[in-house]
Amino acid sequence: MGYFQMSRLALKWALTKPPTSRYPFEPRKVIPGSRGRLVFTKDNCVYCTVCAKRCPTGALLVHRAEKKWAIDRLRCISCGYCVEVCPKKSLELAGDHAAPVAARAREFT
Amino acid sequence: MARTVIPFGPQHPVLPEPVHLDLVIEDEKVVEARPSIGFIHRGLEKLAEKKDYNEFLFVAERICGICSAIHGQTYCQAVETLMNVSVPPRAVYLRTIWGELSRIHSHLLWLGLMADGMGFENLFMHSWRIRERVLNIIEATTGARVIFGVCKVGGVRRDIEPDAIPGILAELDSIEKDMRDVTKVFLNDKSVKARLCGVGVVSKQEAWDLGAVGPMLRASGVAQDMRTLGYAAFSDIPVVPITRTEGDCYARCAVRCEELFQSVEIIRQAFNRIPPGEIAIKVTGNPAGETITRTEQPRGEVVYHLKANGTKHLQRFRVRTPTFANLPVMLKILPGCDLADVPMIVLTIDPCISCTER
Ligand code: SF4
Ligand code: SF4
Repeated sequence: MGYFQMSRLALKWALTKPPTSRYPFEPRKVIPGSRGRLVFTKDNCVYCTVCAKRCPTGALLVHRAEKKWAIDRLRCISCGYCVEVCPKKSLELAGDHAAPVAARAREFT
Repeated sequence: MARTVIPFGPQHPVLPEPVHLDLVIEDEKVVEARPSIGFIHRGLEKLAEKKDYNEFLFVAERICGICSAIHGQTYCQAVETLMNVSVPPRAVYLRTIWGELSRIHSHLLWLGLMADGMGFENLFMHSWRIRERVLNIIEATTGARVIFGVCKVGGVRRDIEPDAIPGILAELDSIEKDMRDVTKVFLNDKSVKARLCGVGVVSKQEAWDLGAVGPMLRASGVAQDMRTLGYAAFSDIPVVPITRTEGDCYARCAVRCEELFQSVEIIRQAFNRIPPGEIAIKVTGNPAGETITRTEQPRGEVVYHLKANGTKHLQRFRVRTPTFANLPVMLKILPGCDLADVPMIVLTIDPCISCTER
């Protein structure tokens, strides 16, 4: 009895679509509201450094004098804490993911 | 009879995480198991002195990937106790829902690993296939698949919109049907039974004396489940611990299978009763005092001990995780078993080594 149970299931599932997508041949389906890539909008930022101070992983670096904002993509864990604390709403988490990076480096904006 | 020592781990096909056992073998029987742990100690408890209590939540959630939701929740509950904050009821219900979703995905993951451990690849893939759909619900509601990141001190970060609820419930119904099919195989299949029945038996007294927790304890007949303490929404939603009496690997598997459906039922009830309103309140000030908080993780009872002195950093943060409590029982039942049964016994405690070593 037990054996047929499994065969029936295997057959049923062999005939249905897989729940996973054929990445990288198919692009990843973006689920709305997913916490993905951190997007920085330069225009609103006042370089207050709050985001850099609060980031739990130290992924952000903000130079107040030089007006520079930088992120280390390999450190960012997409937690969204910086988005929450930014007084100017210049940070946002997009649903998709950042392009792969190979080395630890800060992207300056 | 000559004795041989066989190293088991830290890298072993059945081990998802590194733990090392020196198995002393006589013929094919294990006579002694000497463990060594510490391969992935990350010093997370010490980090509490560096991160303020809000930032530390992100660390607490990362003690373990699979139980992340409940780690976050327990940490928040502990800090809220210290700060005398009462969380809005809607947030409490949302935490419960996410906690149970995480239990379902953790148990399905475990069932898959178990099937993989006994060489039943097809069943392994099917368990994970269902888990994938649970992860989709989690991602749609929390924004991430494994590390939920939705709890915060004073409430939760996201709400589940009322129009999304019927969709989630319909998906859960269909997931439940699939789980029925898969658990039937786990519970009735001859080869699975042959592999699990009568293996690694722990008596009720032994399990209790050695301080086992969670499904390990319940499979030996002790009805202990921290959800009966009534934390979060469990004060409104009663939970009857699922127990078995055999105490073997099969019983532990059966307890987890039944808990899947219990969790689905809890989520349904929670969605039925979820009150409208705020999802978080603003928390100001710093925690002070000392507290102990206990909750039920998928793997068993977790104990958080927090000590704070009124600054933004915690003074002491200590976690007793379920796997740590289950290790002594595992070491007790390994001697006397067949070498071929070692992977099954190790797997049925649902070892989470990153929890254990933090
Ligand atoms: S917190 Fe916002 S405004 Fe301040 S530096 Fe960061 S991005 Fe700019
Ligand atoms: S999302 Fe989190 S980890 Fe990433 S930069 Fe913001 S605060 Fe840091």
